[in-house]
Amino acid sequence: MLEAHDIHLRRNRRDVLSGVSLSLRPGELVSLIGPNGAGKSSLFAVLAGELPPDGGKVTLDGQPVRKIGASRLATLRAALEQSPSLSSPFTVAGLVALGMASVSRAAIDCAGVAAAAMSAAGVAELASRPVDLLSGGERARAHLARTLAQLYAGRAIGGGRYLLLDEPTASLDLSHQIGLMSAARSEADRGPGVLVVIHDLNLAAAFSDRIAIIRDGGPVALGTPGTVLTPGLLSEVYGSAISVERSPAGTLRITPDLERMGSGGRAGPVCLHPGKSQAPVPSSDGNRRLHNS
Amino acid sequence: MQRVAVPGMPSTFSRDGLAVLCFAVLALALASAGVMLGPVPLGFGEVLGALSGHAETRSQVIVLEIRAPRVVLGAAIGAGLALSGTALQGVLRNPLADPGLIGVTAGGALGAVAAIVVGSHVAELLPEAARSWLLPLAAFFGAGAATGFVFAVSRRDGTTHTATLILAGVAVNSIAGAVIGLLIYVSDDRQLRDLTFWTMGGLGGADWRMVALAVPCIGVATVGLMRLTRALDLLQLGERAAWYSGLEVGHVKTAVGLWSALAVGAGTAVAGPIGFIGLVAPHIARLCVGPGHRMVVPAAALTGSALLLGADLTVRLIVPPAEPPVGLATSLIGGPFFLWLLLTRMRRDA
Repeated sequence: MLEAHDIHLRRNRRDVLSGVSLSLRPGELVSLIGPNGAGKSSLFAVLAGELPPDGGKVTLDGQPVRKIGASRLATLRAALEQSPSLSSPFTVAGLVALGMASVSRAAIDCAGVAAAAMSAAGVAELASRPVDLLSGGERARAHLARTLAQLYAGRAIGGGRYLLLDEPTASLDLSHQIGLMSAARSEADRGPGVLVVIHDLNLAAAFSDRIAIIRDGGPVALGTPGTVLTPGLLSEVYGSAISVERSPAGTLRITPDLERMGSGGRAGPVCLHPGKSQAPVPSSDGNRRLHNS
Repeated sequence: MQRVAVPGMPSTFSRDGLAVLCFAVLALALASAGVMLGPVPLGFGEVLGALSGHAETRSQVIVLEIRAPRVVLGAAIGAGLALSGTALQGVLRNPLADPGLIGVTAGGALGAVAAIVVGSHVAELLPEAARSWLLPLAAFFGAGAATGFVFAVSRRDGTTHTATLILAGVAVNSIAGAVIGLLIYVSDDRQLRDLTFWTMGGLGGADWRMVALAVPCIGVATVGLMRLTRALDLLQLGERAAWYSGLEVGHVKTAVGLWSALAVGAGTAVAGPIGFIGLVAPHIARLCVGPGHRMVVPAAALTGSALLLGADLTVRLIVPPAEPPVGLATSLIGGPFFLWLLLTRMRRDA
């Protein structure tokens, strides 16, 4: 289990995370959602072992994650950062090979791992194309292939237990967003625990076992999509009216309630949840401020 | 030219291996030319004879005492500058990085100038054996201090901010230039003469003592940098993703800084500041073998050797017996190249 317990993080004299806990069990897909500036990427970096939290602890299968060296950690979990980049004109195959760097080439079937990762990410036919000449969506999938190669290479030597993806759907069109989430889902079904930071609530609802919501660096809710994604909670968290419908098949459909927003004259968080005290919004969180004005 | 070393694809290896071999042949050819050509041209047979000790005394002296150490030193310094340029460009993910631009060379030069001016007063206090090490040590520490400084000031949240680092290099260059100017101002006539020739850069005074000083240092740095090829590839993902992929990014940056300072410091100590080899050689290498550092690193080292040997040969042959400093030649070639690089990048980014 990849477990963050009571995480506190301060950066630039500001509380970025305060008292967040999140656990990722093998075989489950957890979506981390929340408004812009909620601290999702910071929590991601803490879980990945990159940022040492100022309070709380992160353990990977019982071991403190900061005590595991980068090289061994890379074989235990694969992580894909938000908006990945590549400064050299490597081909897709070359990029994917970088994902296997932490595992000795003699220990695994490199060609097999690379082929599996590229086909899972849907870039097999792009293998010999230079990454810098790909479209934004193709590039995003190539980086996913690189991360999957890291996961598979780790698994081949007994690791590869967690997959962490920070906004992997950001530059993808609708069908590729679904394709990516299905790929993440099937990874989870094969054993590893998968964490996805995502903004699309419908995708999160459709593919996740559990959903974690954070706001202003603090925990809001954690549970199955059905229990967490309620109109009241979402409207409160996002500061705009959101409706949730359940189809007969049980799928959740989350839509912004434009009618209600229109009639209410820009329903802001203030009128939607008068009970909750409105903490002064930090200056860096300008989006929400603008929304209210 | 978009190729990369993929595990299990031997064909890629052999094609790029061939390119590396071509660079090796070119460097070797220029080295041979460096031994054969000069005010007194020598045939291949004479050179072989001199090397095996069966030639007349005159060619023996020319080959063994003058030209051979010069060629060995030139090849080593060229390779060292090219390797440190390759590594710095790799770490900073910026093709404009060059030991000269980010202040490593200037730091080394400041150390060396300080050793020439201040060191002459200190030298009497030192044991005889330590005196010849004063200048290279000072150059190494100067280069190391400059490298450490630019990396330290451009560090934010554990990652290096490349634009800040390059600007810090500009600052280091001007500060070092000012202090060197100050040292020149206070130096006496003899020191001034030493300084002027040393500052312009050159292999003219090469002897085996210099080879013994510089080549082991550059050799150690070469081995150190050769071991970082995979790390340099990973760093092309950015420091964060490289760390996620298992790279101890901090260690790698320290190692690159240390080995670069050693290679550049050693070269600067014996031949003065030589610009632009570290900028140009990695670019030529990448054009020929693609972006994978496993091939770029050896190709760039050989290109650097070839470039410096070629430049040295040019300055020796252009107006014999006079010898313009080799640093002038490399800057004359490298300056326009740098401008061309800037302009093509600007056009691409526009």
